[in-house]
Amino acid sequence: MRDKPYKPKTWKELPYATITDVPSTFNNTGTWRTVKPVIDYDKCISCMICWKFCPDVAISIVPNPKEGAKFDEVPKIDYFFCKGCGICAHECPVKAIDMVQEESK
Amino acid sequence: MVKTTVPRDEYMMQGHVACQGCGATIAMRYVLKALGDNTIMTIPACCWAVIPGVWPQHSLKVPLLYTAFEVTGAALSGIEAALKAKGQDDEINVLGFAGDGGTADIGLQALSGMAERGTNALYVMYDNEAYMNTGIQRSGSTPFGAWTTTTPVGKKKEWKTEFKKSVAEIMVAHRIPYVATASIAFPEDLYAKVQKAKSIKGPKFIQIFSSCPTGWKHSPDITVEVARKAVLSHMFPLYEVENGVYKISQKPKPIPVKEYLKLQGRFRYLDEEAIEKIQEHVDREWELLLKKEEFTQSL
Repeated sequence: MRDKPYKPKTWKELPYATITDVPSTFNNTGTWRTVKPVIDYDKCISCMICWKFCPDVAISIVPNPKEGAKFDEVPKIDYFFCKGCGICAHECPVKAIDMVQEESK
Repeated sequence: MVKTTVPRDEYMMQGHVACQGCGATIAMRYVLKALGDNTIMTIPACCWAVIPGVWPQHSLKVPLLYTAFEVTGAALSGIEAALKAKGQDDEINVLGFAGDGGTADIGLQALSGMAERGTNALYVMYDNEAYMNTGIQRSGSTPFGAWTTTTPVGKKKEWKTEFKKSVAEIMVAHRIPYVATASIAFPEDLYAKVQKAKSIKGPKFIQIFSSCPTGWKHSPDITVEVARKAVLSHMFPLYEVENGVYKISQKPKPIPVKEYLKLQGRFRYLDEEAIEKIQEHVDREWELLLKKEEFTQSL
């Protein structure tokens, strides 16, 4: 796998066969978003249902940055990839995720 | 460590170009979680042919062979034959991942051939109930009453007037060792079924119900809820058939099908009479499934 985006300058730099080795993780799908999910970590019970149902794998499980918290791991949303579908907010059993309107830049 | 109900390994990468709230990506994520990276995969023309991204991008961590629309089953047999020739057919899983159009309509003969030849491979049909990739045309798997671009509804109510084709039942009739239906709303069940299929030698078939916000005209945040209500209303029962013996995975207390239908824009036009017809059909199919379970388990 390559570690930077693939941008050939001429056709001579193209590979011989249609075999790909460029991961899609260079794709900034976060720009599709109009509403963004924000997790309220005070309400979050670390059930990881949001992680389970994310179609974009944009939610990962990370160590809890808060010292001495009840749960040692929490879900974290990667806004570079999150398309803002809202499944996480809808499925959250304690309604800890809010969908916030994106502001224009 | 927080305990998760499914393993944490991911074989599907971020940055794929599926629509917001796509159900088929959840299906792929769990199928690959269960099979692992020791897998060779083949995909025909379907939504998943475009989701991995524009060349040279690729969003799956397994080798993937694109094939023509109608040949997923034949491609699976080919991959399996190549692995056999190399003596690696025991260690590597072969997976075909096709949509409902490429399975129920166009790819049916190749699938049937693969089952008849006894190819040791897993065929997954992710069922989004129409040709979504090409613009929501009706397929054999589209349910009764659905709006699609080829069954349009205007002043004349010309929704689809035929009931959904049951590909799982067609595969049961092929007497293959394992057939199952699964849903993206129940990932633990889906994961367990793919794991079971992985451990069985011979042709395996799993039909995964995956909702499609774009084609079914519902908002992307209720993708999982729609899939869940399909199971709860018995529209899409979850069961597995191992060597001809039926086992229903979930017997939920049914909710009216109206609860499921009203979530989606494609069923918006249905009148009471049509809903009644769907309810009758669903009840009859469920009754039939219960009888099949009882009968095959008593054999």
